[in-house]
Amino acid sequence: MRYLPLTPSDRQAMLGVIGAKTIDDLFTDVPAEAQLDGPIHGLPNHASEMAVERHFSNLARQNMTASHTPFFLGAGAYKHHVPASVDHIIQRGEFLTAYTPYQPEIAQGTLQMLFEFQTQVARLFGCDVANASMYDGSTACWEAIGMAGRITKRTKAVLSSGLHPHYVSVAKTMAQYTGDTLDTALPELSPATDSARLLDAIDDETSCVVVQYPDILGRIEDLSAIAAKAHEHGALLIAVVTEPVALGAIKAPGDMGADIVVGEGQSLGVGLQFGGPYVGLFACKEKFVRQMPGRLCGETVDAEGKRGFVLTLSTREQHIRREKATSNICTNSGLCALAFSIHLTLLGEKGLRGLAELNHSLAVQAADRLSQIAGVELVNDTFFNEFTLKLPKEARPVVRALADRKVLGGVSLGRLYPDVDALANGLLVAVTEVVTMEDVETFATALQEVLA
Amino acid sequence: MSTINQSGWKPEMGSAGETGPATYTGNKALMLEEALIFEIGTTGTTGVDLADAPKVTPRLGNLARHRDIGLPGLSEPETVRHYTRLSRQNYAIDLGFFPLGSCTMKHNPRLNEKVARMEGFADVHPLQHVETVQGALAVINELAVWLIKLTGMHGVAMTPKAGAHGELCGILAIKAALEARGDPRSVILVPESAHGTNPATAAFAGYAVENIPATSEGRVDLAALKARLGPDVAGVMITNPNTCGLFERDMKAISDAVHAAGGYVYCDGANFNAIVGRVRPGDLGIDAMHINLHKTFSTPHGGGGPGSGPVVLSEALSPYGPIPFTECHADGHYTLVEEETANERHPHSFGRMTAFHGQMGMFTRALSYIMSHGADGLRQVAEDAVLNANYILRSLEDVLDAPFAHSGPCMHEALFSDNGLAEGFSTLDIAKGLIDEGYHPMTVYFPLVVHGAMLTEPTETESKATLDQFIGAMRSVVQRAKAGDPMLKSAPHHAPRRRLDETQAARKPVLVWREPEQAVAAG
Repeated sequence: MRYLPLTPSDRQAMLGVIGAKTIDDLFTDVPAEAQLDGPIHGLPNHASEMAVERHFSNLARQNMTASHTPFFLGAGAYKHHVPASVDHIIQRGEFLTAYTPYQPEIAQGTLQMLFEFQTQVARLFGCDVANASMYDGSTACWEAIGMAGRITKRTKAVLSSGLHPHYVSVAKTMAQYTGDTLDTALPELSPATDSARLLDAIDDETSCVVVQYPDILGRIEDLSAIAAKAHEHGALLIAVVTEPVALGAIKAPGDMGADIVVGEGQSLGVGLQFGGPYVGLFACKEKFVRQMPGRLCGETVDAEGKRGFVLTLSTREQHIRREKATSNICTNSGLCALAFSIHLTLLGEKGLRGLAELNHSLAVQAADRLSQIAGVELVNDTFFNEFTLKLPKEARPVVRALADRKVLGGVSLGRLYPDVDALANGLLVAVTEVVTMEDVETFATALQEVLA
Repeated sequence: MSTINQSGWKPEMGSAGETGPATYTGNKALMLEEALIFEIGTTGTTGVDLADAPKVTPRLGNLARHRDIGLPGLSEPETVRHYTRLSRQNYAIDLGFFPLGSCTMKHNPRLNEKVARMEGFADVHPLQHVETVQGALAVINELAVWLIKLTGMHGVAMTPKAGAHGELCGILAIKAALEARGDPRSVILVPESAHGTNPATAAFAGYAVENIPATSEGRVDLAALKARLGPDVAGVMITNPNTCGLFERDMKAISDAVHAAGGYVYCDGANFNAIVGRVRPGDLGIDAMHINLHKTFSTPHGGGGPGSGPVVLSEALSPYGPIPFTECHADGHYTLVEEETANERHPHSFGRMTAFHGQMGMFTRALSYIMSHGADGLRQVAEDAVLNANYILRSLEDVLDAPFAHSGPCMHEALFSDNGLAEGFSTLDIAKGLIDEGYHPMTVYFPLVVHGAMLTEPTETESKATLDQFIGAMRSVVQRAKAGDPMLKSAPHHAPRRRLDETQAARKPVLVWREPEQAVAAG
């Protein structure tokens, strides 16, 4: 077997050193009735590299890929062009096959990268500090709600109706078990968000208000008033960013008073990957850092006084605090954080702003074109690179019919909010730099046909 | 009170050793210093060429971002060089032996990277219509079938993002099952030797955590466990093989006792590599067990993630597992059970744990690895992993204290303590000495039940020659620690950095880069 270097004579020699006759002698602690006498029945035996590759090629061909189709899906995962050097660098074995940097003297590469990543995320979000990443945006969002509860010692969280419904679901799953109460609502197909409801709901019992920016329908709104009201009542504002490229064009949540900003970093460097692995971004005000979940990298010096980096403030974490830890998380999304950081370094501020402008301009043009189709209405007054269309009929079958015409034409709100009649005609359309005006035309034509 | 350093590692300033003449750059030939992107990049530099944006009237409300963000850019050649130079300051399994106990640092086959990058998997969106992603759903389903059969369990939850997330999944399934029968319970029992994630997870899910003591043999004390079981105990979390590198012989008896008392058995599957293909946890009465795909099934650790932690579930717990999941129909067609159909197809689910379908990129890699080995190869994996660990144990027990070596063979990891070193020398010095020898140290100061623990896991992908050289290096370092060699006390001498001051890092945390104030003042 190509991944196993021991030869039969090695094995025999090693058993001799150990003082065992056969390999079975090393499994004597396993009760006989629990031991299998040979390879598990009903499973195939080993396969060559070529055979395995062929199997995967066959399966891969059954999927319609974003790069070969006019592609307009978003809703928390975005298709951006990732420069070739990103994937080249993350495949270097020293990054790919390293472990968590527990021995900092031989892990400065990962540690310095994390320190740079933390700084990039903090600056992008307009926050003081950021951690070394979480699993993804949805789990980072839940962790932020938990963190707000620890800080305020309150249990009521008010969630905007514009928060991604899967993020709401994750929070609901956890809240069943933690005793937190979540004040939630469904969005409406209108240009206005539910900020009035949020302002109304904030009281002295509120631990936090959670607002997605841009929201699930693509709308953008100033968070300052919500931040002010929250702070008046001793509550925190958590902002959730599922499309970080937007922050090359619009104000950072931290600059509008958000106390914790979390997000999904997938759109920079990581790629679609059918939903994972992604990278959760997590930033906050400095005064809350000791309540933060997840790994943190910090600067220090070595015995010769040279600058170096280490994992730090680990007294918050499970391997030390055990049941009193700020979270059970025991990993970050290291390699995805690296991809995010490389992509952002390649872009730099100038590139990020240019990329954001390009996304926005193309999205504006696409929104104008698609809303010219008879019966199709643009819901949004404001948006970045994603907007909601109201179709004259249910959107789910339309998405299916578009796929049959080889157009991946967005995400139907019916998929995200099953059984909500008022949203059934909503279609979420994302337009990034990978979309051409030709794609938009193809989409428009197909949509027109399907709606006819 | 334990005398173990609870932080797992301890910074200690050593005296600077002579390492050759100073250089102008600070570089030492191939050992290259590298500044931060904030020191070498500028906000006006970019390494990406973009098309000009068409002129439109913006729809950003009044929210255009005018203030500088402060993100430096580098050209492409500078970017590639920056990260390549950083990469060379990392130790990695590709470079050498990495016997980090409980972490299973095995070779990461590049075939897995290749298949994960096929466009049909890497370039599909999680919310595409299911008819356009049948191949992706097939991968998830095929892996699920393998995991179920390899563990002898009833079902599997594929979405958990990492081991600890999988633990949470299992504990939530237990909680949901208990609540469904109107018997909410309040306590989870966890052995002293458990990973920190176990008690943290149980607490996160709202349980009180109580310790179960270990026997002098390093195993769960069955009598103590039985004595504690009762109507308030929701379940136990047991690692098997355990963190002392030993198989829990009484696992079936433990499961039976817990079940008889109305509780459930969670197994931390971090150490599945020792038994894959030889033992099925389902035969031991386990109700839920996470599988770290990045350990047993060789998906790369990536410098700390991403992981992936599918959870296999017993028949009793399967109805409570999370959504979404893949269903395979008789005609070979796949559908997804998510919010829309959950009420009909999976009405008792405790809900959703993450936005999408789990770590797809890890599923492709793990399935590629599993298919490469097959049922016969995976059994050989466990056998070689256990053989390698026992070879290390028996080759070092004459120079290092191996607290449980007398009780029989170990499983896939050999555990040593720092008893018997010279006054003032400890596990930390052994670890740092190994760095100078060109090895990544083993896991140190864990498990907590052993003084100065050194948990050594070679895995099956190491050759006998590699092990022999490591054993020689270990013997040398241990002799130096026994002789009180001051040069060992200040090791490492040859790494990119000497021992780092972790106390200062924690006392005055510097977590982001800031413009040096003096530079501003001087300007």
